[in-house]
Amino acid sequence: MADFMQTNQAKVLDRWCEVVSATMRGRMSQDELRSELADLYGLVVGAMSGANETVAGELRAALVALSRSRARSGFSPSETALAVFSLKDAVYELIADAAEMAPEYLTFSRLIDDLGLHTFEAYAETREQIIKQQAETMLELSTPVVQLWDGIIAVPLVGTLDSARTQLVMEKMLDSLLSTGSSHAVIDITGVPTVDTEVAQHLLKTVMAARLLGAQCTICGIRPQIAHTIVSLGIEFGDIATKATLADALAHALRSAGLKVGPA
Amino acid sequence: MERVPILKIGQTLFVSIQIDLQDQSVVQLQEDLAEELVATRATGVIIDITAVEIVDSFIGRMLATIGSISRLFDAETVLVGMRPAVAITLVELGLSLEGVRTALNAELGLRMLNGRS
Repeated sequence: MADFMQTNQAKVLDRWCEVVSATMRGRMSQDELRSELADLYGLVVGAMSGANETVAGELRAALVALSRSRARSGFSPSETALAVFSLKDAVYELIADAAEMAPEYLTFSRLIDDLGLHTFEAYAETREQIIKQQAETMLELSTPVVQLWDGIIAVPLVGTLDSARTQLVMEKMLDSLLSTGSSHAVIDITGVPTVDTEVAQHLLKTVMAARLLGAQCTICGIRPQIAHTIVSLGIEFGDIATKATLADALAHALRSAGLKVGPA
Repeated sequence: MERVPILKIGQTLFVSIQIDLQDQSVVQLQEDLAEELVATRATGVIIDITAVEIVDSFIGRMLATIGSISRLFDAETVLVGMRPAVAITLVELGLSLEGVRTALNAELGLRMLNGRS
């Protein structure tokens, strides 16, 4: 089989490229694809001819690299897997008439299946990595702490609050309170889509922690529907100051800091 | 056993905890502080925990107890310099230290006490 593939390399490769490029829809140039597949082809033939461990390892590494680049450039899982599986079609077309090749073809087919699975696994792994990276980026993006005034910081929260995010928000807010020497923090929840008991619990914890540090917290930006939910759920914010807008909260913070803003 | 020194500044007692608190030294500190409060008739206590990195429920309770003891002598307790990690731990433990006031640093703590008197 390996000899057969070696001698018919040009034909099989041509057919393989044709099948794969049909699924490409112009996302990769013909030459690029051809050189990529030719490399793979060489490795497959090498892996088939001798039970050489290094070639098999190289083949696997090449497949991982291929599926990684496919995953990053937005190919679908089946398109990626097809790139490997279609080698079977390409070979089969050539040996369809030769019945004596059938047993060898089966072995070959099993090898390709194996490689296909491997490709798929690498693809899924890469996708997961991308998702994880994006989640981390989002986590960092979504928790800015801004200084409103000398001694007053604001934490605009955007997105759903879960315990992981609360932890991050809490740490960032407390660090900023300390580093800026602020004794007042305004938590703006305009961007929080829903407030349930869990979110409220997280908010309360954050306020408590700030209090232990010696800072006061004001919660603002509660939208009408959310106010409704909070009351229906029976959530109590206790003695935590809540204000309608960020402006009100800033005014409140300035007042409690003993500052007064008037017309110039 | 290590002892925590208590300094008197004006009408305020200043306690800076800079050692790993053992149960024994905590009890000793509470006794010392009560005696000092009687002797000096101080009106305020500042406990600086800037150097405290780790707290457990025992130390959390100890801080609350010091607050209660001081109040018996009509002195107000201000806890200053708490690390964020410590604050998060205390909240997770469910200790909100009712009755103890807090300030970011010793300076603000002093101002808080002086504002009262």
